[in-house]
Amino acid sequence: MSIRTPLGRVRGLGSAKSGAHHFWHQRLTAVALVPLTLWFVWSVARYAGAPHGEVVAFLAHPFNATAMLLFVIAGLYHMALGVQVVIEDYIHREGLKLALLLLVNFAAFAVGIVATIAVLRIAV
Amino acid sequence: MAEARSRGPAARPLSPHLQIYRWPITMGTSILHRMTGMGLAFGTLILAWWLVAASMGPEAYAMFESSAFHWFGRLVLFGFTVALVFHALNGVRHLFWDVGYGFKLSTANATGIVVYIVTLALTVLIWIVAYRSMGGW
Ligand code: HEM
Repeated sequence: MSIRTPLGRVRGLGSAKSGAHHFWHQRLTAVALVPLTLWFVWSVARYAGAPHGEVVAFLAHPFNATAMLLFVIAGLYHMALGVQVVIEDYIHREGLKLALLLLVNFAAFAVGIVATIAVLRIAV
Repeated sequence: MAEARSRGPAARPLSPHLQIYRWPITMGTSILHRMTGMGLAFGTLILAWWLVAASMGPEAYAMFESSAFHWFGRLVLFGFTVALVFHALNGVRHLFWDVGYGFKLSTANATGIVVYIVTLALTVLIWIVAYRSMGGW
């Protein structure tokens, strides 16, 4: 989806030439996270201190496994987009900024894969 | 004397006045949205730890729980709950702004207060439910 102006497109202008896309995905994930967060908070509160077997049985249910994966993935994507903005706002040394942006994106992928494998090991 | 003075900066009060300055409500919620977002970024590590521990078996899960139930663990998880609830509620406020609603200053101030109050109420509710699940303290 592109919501850039035709003139902006023709000139190829814009800070990283993808600001509207970034903005839109931040909002897309935010909207998705509203119901997912409600479900997550409620579920964790109900299973706090529950025996391991019950927690695993909960996560093994296809609905819960799906919701958990959606929460993890939407959350991490939203997190990476958000932290990028914070870094760009405060860090102005190019090298450090680049290093932190790499770190955030790698971390989001790593945590996402680790969490996904954990959920799949339980649910599949 | 009078001449030298007229050339220097006039003795007007500073604005914002540093000693009697009150943070506007919208300023507080704005910076808190950013701070809670950053807090939640680190919170994803705890979430991954919980899922991995559950997937590895009862011993690993017991180890996770001993950290989570420790007073410091509870403090961190309480902070995580406040951050998540505040950020989610204030995030919805942001989304309404994004489609053009709620920009009037009085409205923005009112919704900010509502976010604070509902954050408090929901956080307490969640922890009551959690402690009931745990069967006590
Ligand atoms: C119901 C859930 C959520 C909603 C509705 C939501 C909404 C939003 C919105 C609208 C923004 C953009 C704010 C702006 O333009 O300044 C934002 C920023 C951000 N969010 Fe979320 N969010 C949610 C959950 C999360 C979660 C789970 C995380 C972390 C894993 C997170 C991390 C961040 C970060 C780091 C930012 C950037 C903060 C900034 O730029 O000041 N959010 N969120």
